Amino acid sequence: MALLELQDVFATYGSRRALHGVSMNVEEGSIVALLGANGAGKTTTLRAITGLVKVQGAIRFDGQRITGVATEEIARLGIAHVPEGRGTMSQLSVLENLQMGACLRHDPKAVRQDLDRVYAYFPWMKSRLAQPAALLSGGEQQMLAIARAAMMRPRLLLLDEPSLGLAPIVVKGIFKIIEAINSEQGVTIVLVEQNARIALKTAGSAYVLEVGVVAVSGLARELAQDESVRESYLGY
Amino acid sequence: MGTEVFLSANPVEGLEQQLVFGIATGSIYASLALALVLIYRAMEAINFAQGEMATFSTFIAWTLMATFHMSFWIAFPLVVVLSFVGGVALERVVIRPVERAPILTTILVTLGLFSIFNGLSGLIWGYTIRTFPSPFPVTPISLGGVGIGFQDLGLIGVSLVLLFLIYLFFSRTKLGLMMRAASLYPQSSRLVGVRVGWMLALGWGLSAAVGAVSGMMVAPVLSLDPSLMQSVLLFAFTAAVLGGIENPLGAVIGGIVVGVLLALVGTYIPHAEDLRLVFGFIVIVLVLLFRPAGLIGRAHVTRV
Repeated sequence: MALLELQDVFATYGSRRALHGVSMNVEEGSIVALLGANGAGKTTTLRAITGLVKVQGAIRFDGQRITGVATEEIARLGIAHVPEGRGTMSQLSVLENLQMGACLRHDPKAVRQDLDRVYAYFPWMKSRLAQPAALLSGGEQQMLAIARAAMMRPRLLLLDEPSLGLAPIVVKGIFKIIEAINSEQGVTIVLVEQNARIALKTAGSAYVLEVGVVAVSGLARELAQDESVRESYLGY
Repeated sequence: MGTEVFLSANPVEGLEQQLVFGIATGSIYASLALALVLIYRAMEAINFAQGEMATFSTFIAWTLMATFHMSFWIAFPLVVVLSFVGGVALERVVIRPVERAPILTTILVTLGLFSIFNGLSGLIWGYTIRTFPSPFPVTPISLGGVGIGFQDLGLIGVSLVLLFLIYLFFSRTKLGLMMRAASLYPQSSRLVGVRVGWMLALGWGLSAAVGAVSGMMVAPVLSLDPSLMQSVLLFAFTAAVLGGIENPLGAVIGGIVVGVLLALVGTYIPHAEDLRLVFGFIVIVLVLLFRPAGLIGRAHVTRV
């Protein structure tokens, strides 16, 4: 059984229909890329999963229907979502941002271990814990957002365009950490990306959205090798 | 009004004496200002019913002492806890339905609560002025020639202790951090699993508890009737604005500054007693005009 299952999901943003029956399956332990042009519905799909937009259809997490459930309760089930714009708690310090990720956990020892793991992923963080998050660069804020999500010890991590606006070398570093979170901690990941090339390299399988429906899906490796898919949907 | 009674009840002497009285009255404003700040931090709105809620709590304490013969120090914690529970319940029942409404709606609801609590206090306990026992001994002590009542010291001490506890709560506890995050970043907080609505309710509970403390401190000084906290609320609001409406430390400093200024104005400007309320409004307008973030409010850090 898939860890996350979307079945014929419709969503509206104001008066505009953003999703027209999206179905997808995310297997436990996998990295799934969600690709497509601007406005294809990638962000809306993630927001639908964590209840930030109203949806029709069925979304199941670990077999449990989560459609219509409040965002905070969905988070408590083990879904972490790094939203568009990173959701940085900019007036809180770097450490407080990390603590917020772990705020519902009751295993202080494991939380401390996870903090050490985060510092190992992002060594710069340790010396800047007291700084307000607002003073971080865009790339650092993205890393902090991922670290905060990792501090939740989620089963499923939703990442919305982690590469957006960042220099290629920073993007490379971030994707390495994303892979590590998946392989070392067994966290299942859904990755929304504009940068199809790096996303397909990282993910095991991928879905390509076009105006609110799934246009193509399959193994990431095969999609990356398919000329016609690359030309018509991925633009590289 | 009661506040004047408090000021003139003390013999007017030198400047030092005036400062002591000012700081003591200022501490009263500070404690209610703290309650206002707590609500403001949670929902970015002033709770106009804060004073009347505090008066209601104080009447409950009066009943516990007068009818059930409890001592002050038993009634005090009991009423603080009851007020906390009441504040939480009030948020869940009255504020929650308008949580997503424009802020003006919330403010109107708090104005409605003002009338309700004022009316309830009058209905239940009547409009006769009642004496409220002081928890502190009345004998003054002399410090370097300045007479200080235990009452004054008690008021100052209670405000400082409240401030310290609130500071510890918000800066050192996980729950305090969650409350701060929930009010500043509701969506990000929900995404890490924080039940944002309950954090707001908790804010109401805390603020009702702090207000209750304020009421029980004021009542022995001003004597108790349903309008106990009305002038206090205005000066507490002045204090909160002066200190930067989101800042607990600012609220306490603001309260003491307002208390001292009022004491000095009352002493050195003839017939100024009648102008006290006007004075409060003038301070509010000046602060909002020239330093909207308050005297020690800080501008928000941003990186562009």
